[in-house]
Amino acid sequence: MSWGPEGWLDDIAYGVFVTVSLALATLPVGLAVGFLVALAKQSSEPSLRLAGNVYTTIFRGLPELLTLFLVYFGGQIGLQKLFQLFDPGATVDVSAFVAGMIALGVVFSSYASEVFLSAFKAIPSGQYEGGHAIGLTNWQTMRLVVLPQLIRIALPGLANLWLILLKDTALVSAIGLSDILRQTSIAARVTKHAFLFFGFATLVYLVLSVISSFGIRAIERSVDNRDMRR
Amino acid sequence: MSAAGTALDEAPPPLPPRGWSGQRIAGHVLVALWILLAIGLVWFLVTSWNLPLVEKYGPGYLYGLGVTVGLVAVSIVIGAILSIPVALGRMSKNPVFSGLAYAYVYFFRGTPLLAQTFLVYYGLGAFRPELQSVGLWWFFREAWYCAIFAFSLNTAAYQAEMLRGAIESVPRGQWEGAASLGLHKLQTMWKVILPQAAVVALRPYGNEVILMVKGSAIVSIITVYDLMGITRFTYSRTFDFQSYLWAAVIYLMIVETLRHGIEWIERRLTRHLKR
Repeated sequence: MSWGPEGWLDDIAYGVFVTVSLALATLPVGLAVGFLVALAKQSSEPSLRLAGNVYTTIFRGLPELLTLFLVYFGGQIGLQKLFQLFDPGATVDVSAFVAGMIALGVVFSSYASEVFLSAFKAIPSGQYEGGHAIGLTNWQTMRLVVLPQLIRIALPGLANLWLILLKDTALVSAIGLSDILRQTSIAARVTKHAFLFFGFATLVYLVLSVISSFGIRAIERSVDNRDMRR
Repeated sequence: MSAAGTALDEAPPPLPPRGWSGQRIAGHVLVALWILLAIGLVWFLVTSWNLPLVEKYGPGYLYGLGVTVGLVAVSIVIGAILSIPVALGRMSKNPVFSGLAYAYVYFFRGTPLLAQTFLVYYGLGAFRPELQSVGLWWFFREAWYCAIFAFSLNTAAYQAEMLRGAIESVPRGQWEGAASLGLHKLQTMWKVILPQAAVVALRPYGNEVILMVKGSAIVSIITVYDLMGITRFTYSRTFDFQSYLWAAVIYLMIVETLRHGIEWIERRLTRHLKR
């Protein structure tokens, strides 16, 4: 019941650390995969488009919690079978953090690919042609001409996805990772002050999203400023 | 036959052959990978088909599906009703109303649904004596009612924003035109604004239904036996991974059906806009 540094606050602080680091670890993976999937979906090759669309359909259609369980339990069973080929007695434990990162990453990337795709569609083909006309390679055109514009267009959508990702991290408490919600659940169960602790947890999430929106606004402003200077 | 006729009869020149570019190879490899995965899934489900198991747990899945559909339907409807005053509050010029509505929307959109559900189910459970004295304990004792309560409040916040966005997307001239025809505000809203807003709101509303279907999986954590809850129950009894795979197949089918249904409705509603 003691509510101080020796009480529950430090446990919840650790939960905040886990939540934030999970979200931050997922972000680059999700962005990179999402970008690649978007590239596949806007390619002129039908088979690549099909492969990309199947990816999005599956991971946008499954509940996030189910994806998490599929990765966590499925990964455990699959890896165990794989290792037992070499060492029959082997047991495998999948880290809940890694499972959470993969599950949230595939969900994030399938949504991010849609954001990138619509940003790609907003860039006129003249930009590519112009890049080629001054002798840039495909890769250089992408990096120097298309990407700077793409990021500016995709930024609001990606910011929204970041906020969703931050909230989705709460699901990993179901597979035993000590995030904010799990730490407060333990505190609530031990102290019997459930409303206090869960109310506190929602406030922490609220503070995290307020901080995020400030960060997002700062990034948007800096991107806009760079455009102004050009 | 004239020369023009033969020119028209001539077949167009054949397209240049498509070479095996790196993209094409990568695409085919990826598609092959998906096909292999699909075959693997079907093979796994067929070989692990176990009639006693299916007879024992199959009805549970149907029941769970019913619970999921019921939960989503009830919460969406209650949320839609609740969203009207919230949306009106957001659009109100009175700072008290708009501030309250803003705080409501910000709270429910800024925190995880799971945390809100915990707050209602476990959090309000801490006020058992008070709730009992008010006579509301029967409501907050049941996980099912708590889930509906939390989900309705949550979706009301999202739906209020959609409603507001859709109503504000209708140009001001529509209001002015209706006013000059002598319609009062309620008539204008019902006969002029809402039909136009509905077309704009359809897609967000459809997405919200899909998000609720997916989000409803979390009620399994507070011991409601929806589709996900039944799945977890089955897995904890059998340790058979196919229980999760069947749930995945069912969820995917629901979501895809909904998505295509919404697209069909949208195509029909916007027929007059197509040329």
